[in-house]
Amino acid sequence: MTGVFSWNLIADIRDMWSVAFMVNAFRAGTIVAVLAALVGWFMVLRRQSFAGHTLAVVGFPGAAAAVWAGLGVAYGYFGFCLAAALVIAALPQRGNRGYTEQSAVIGTVQAFALAAGMLFIALYGGFLGGTSALLFGSFLGITQSQVLILALAAVATLVVLALIGRPLLFASIDTDVARAHGLPTRALGTAFLLLLGATAAEVSQITGALLVFALLVLPPATAQLLTARPAASLTLSVALALVTVWVALFVAYYSPYPIGFWLTTIAFGLYVLAYAAVAGRARLGTRATHPIAAGA
Amino acid sequence: MSSTPPRTATHAVPPTGGNSAAPHDPDPDREAGPVLVEVAQATAVLGGRTIWAGVDAAVAAGEFVAILGPNGVGKSTLLKAILGLTPLAAGTVRLLGRPPGQANHQVGYLPQRRSFDASLRVRGVDVVRLGLDGDRWGLPIPGRRSRAATARVRELVELVGAAGYAHRPIGQLSGGEQQRLLIAQALARAPRLLLLDEPLDSLDLPNQAAVAALISRIARAEEVAVVIVAHDVNPILTYLDRVIYLGPGGAVSGTPAQVITSATLTTLYGTPIEVLSTSDGRLVVVGQPEAPALHTDRHGTRP
Ligand SMILES: Nc1ncnc2c1ncn2[C@@H]1O[C@H](COP(=O)(O)OP(=O)(O)O)[C@@H](O)[C@H]1O
Ligand SMILES: [Mg+2]
Repeated sequence: MTGVFSWNLIADIRDMWSVAFMVNAFRAGTIVAVLAALVGWFMVLRRQSFAGHTLAVVGFPGAAAAVWAGLGVAYGYFGFCLAAALVIAALPQRGNRGYTEQSAVIGTVQAFALAAGMLFIALYGGFLGGTSALLFGSFLGITQSQVLILALAAVATLVVLALIGRPLLFASIDTDVARAHGLPTRALGTAFLLLLGATAAEVSQITGALLVFALLVLPPATAQLLTARPAASLTLSVALALVTVWVALFVAYYSPYPIGFWLTTIAFGLYVLAYAAVAGRARLGTRATHPIAAGA
Repeated sequence: MSSTPPRTATHAVPPTGGNSAAPHDPDPDREAGPVLVEVAQATAVLGGRTIWAGVDAAVAAGEFVAILGPNGVGKSTLLKAILGLTPLAAGTVRLLGRPPGQANHQVGYLPQRRSFDASLRVRGVDVVRLGLDGDRWGLPIPGRRSRAATARVRELVELVGAAGYAHRPIGQLSGGEQQRLLIAQALARAPRLLLLDEPLDSLDLPNQAAVAALISRIARAEEVAVVIVAHDVNPILTYLDRVIYLGPGGAVSGTPAQVITSATLTTLYGTPIEVLSTSDGRLVVVGQPEAPALHTDRHGTRP
């Protein structure tokens, strides 16, 4: 618990934003939410959630190694996540899409990453408070320069995503035809894993390595549940991620529980609500497949 | 291949069938347009195994051609070789007069057994739209081009009679509905040639007949040549100009009546094959060998 809650929401928000690190937390959270919502949307569509989660977990030893080596945490996150993305991309691909046959390999990488992270922490010594932040997220002490790094990496990632987005969608749902249309589907897959690695590195810095799903999976999955129109679905995904991050930061500021818990709970709550709404619609006889938030 | 016991597959031809046809003998009555596909002495090797060798085949503009043969003989591989997706070990392929892979934008391709995951939350119209401009880099910018694309997609959806369900998520549609939308997708760029890999497979009989009729109607209306791969020729028989029967040692082409005969198929497969006529004018091919790849083929998991 950082602030004192007063039931006057306007005053509370003003109070919260008078604290410099909370302003930075909101900036960082907003950047990360937009990025996670858009990259995560493709990840959910491509059924690469497991790869995404692994990339995030790999960020943990990365950050721990960076702390141990006395470098900025961000370098550790980005370095390890991008390297792991290349490793996953290099695994032999079988089947049209998905990583089902590689899940054992990816799972092994994940276990090894956690072990390596704990090793770096042991090597560093006296880092126990930070461990929980690396695993479950923290919004305290985000600096101006960290926000800047997040913003630059996010812009770079989103520019690339905008360039390859449409061919990536094509290659994701219709690989053979995309290849016949001359698209380099394998290279697109590698490029996407790198974007996912960069995104996982960014998101872990807020949610912690273990709770990236709160932003990377839940908002896109909720959006895809509500509408099947790609443009509306992407927009809705961003809106849901922003609501999740903003509300979680606000609640976390006034509550004794960690940010990762609130992020996950809110995102999951929104998913459950959406699921119930769609199921309710189906029961009422209207087609559940019809977009609910058509204009969103 | 010979270790697998012979199976029976049904293929039908008009009972008037001639009994011996020279390979690569096109129908003399038909006015041949420009050659769209030319395969010459082609050999395909996959995973160290020769799938077929010495294959010659040609398709001319306006033709409706079936590629026939037992499962695993390499029909899908032949389509992929034509598109340049699978390299040949020997021989040449020319597509629309160019080396493979260079004229694919004028070809509509429907790969084998594509059914979308039931949980895929993308609409039918979106899948059709990808066939039109899915290979363009950058964001789709709203404007005249985007409106034209939307109009073209609506036109395609109406052409295949899918307007009633094209706005639903494609994973929730039936096999026949998905197949119609995929045909619309293949037609998106107004191709000169359609390469359809077993589009009738996994459809029930009424749907097979309906989709076959649809393909034939579109082929004529849009002046597209069609190469259709089939395991069972029955549903498309009445629409066919020519068949290409594929075997491991080459291909035989001609009218169905010329090719689907005991003598031709026995020579092609080097094993006694009998073509029987049923009372309703269908012919049954008896003793046709099945290649060993049958089960892997069933799931279509290869890239
Ligand atoms: N990528 C591949 N690597 C090795 N073998 C392959 C590959 N693709 C297909 N095959 C084999 O080539 C043969 C022909 O396959 P295919 O062209 O799909 O046959 P068809 O379409 O006539 O059923 C099969 O035996 C199949 O197992
Ligand atoms: Mg096949």
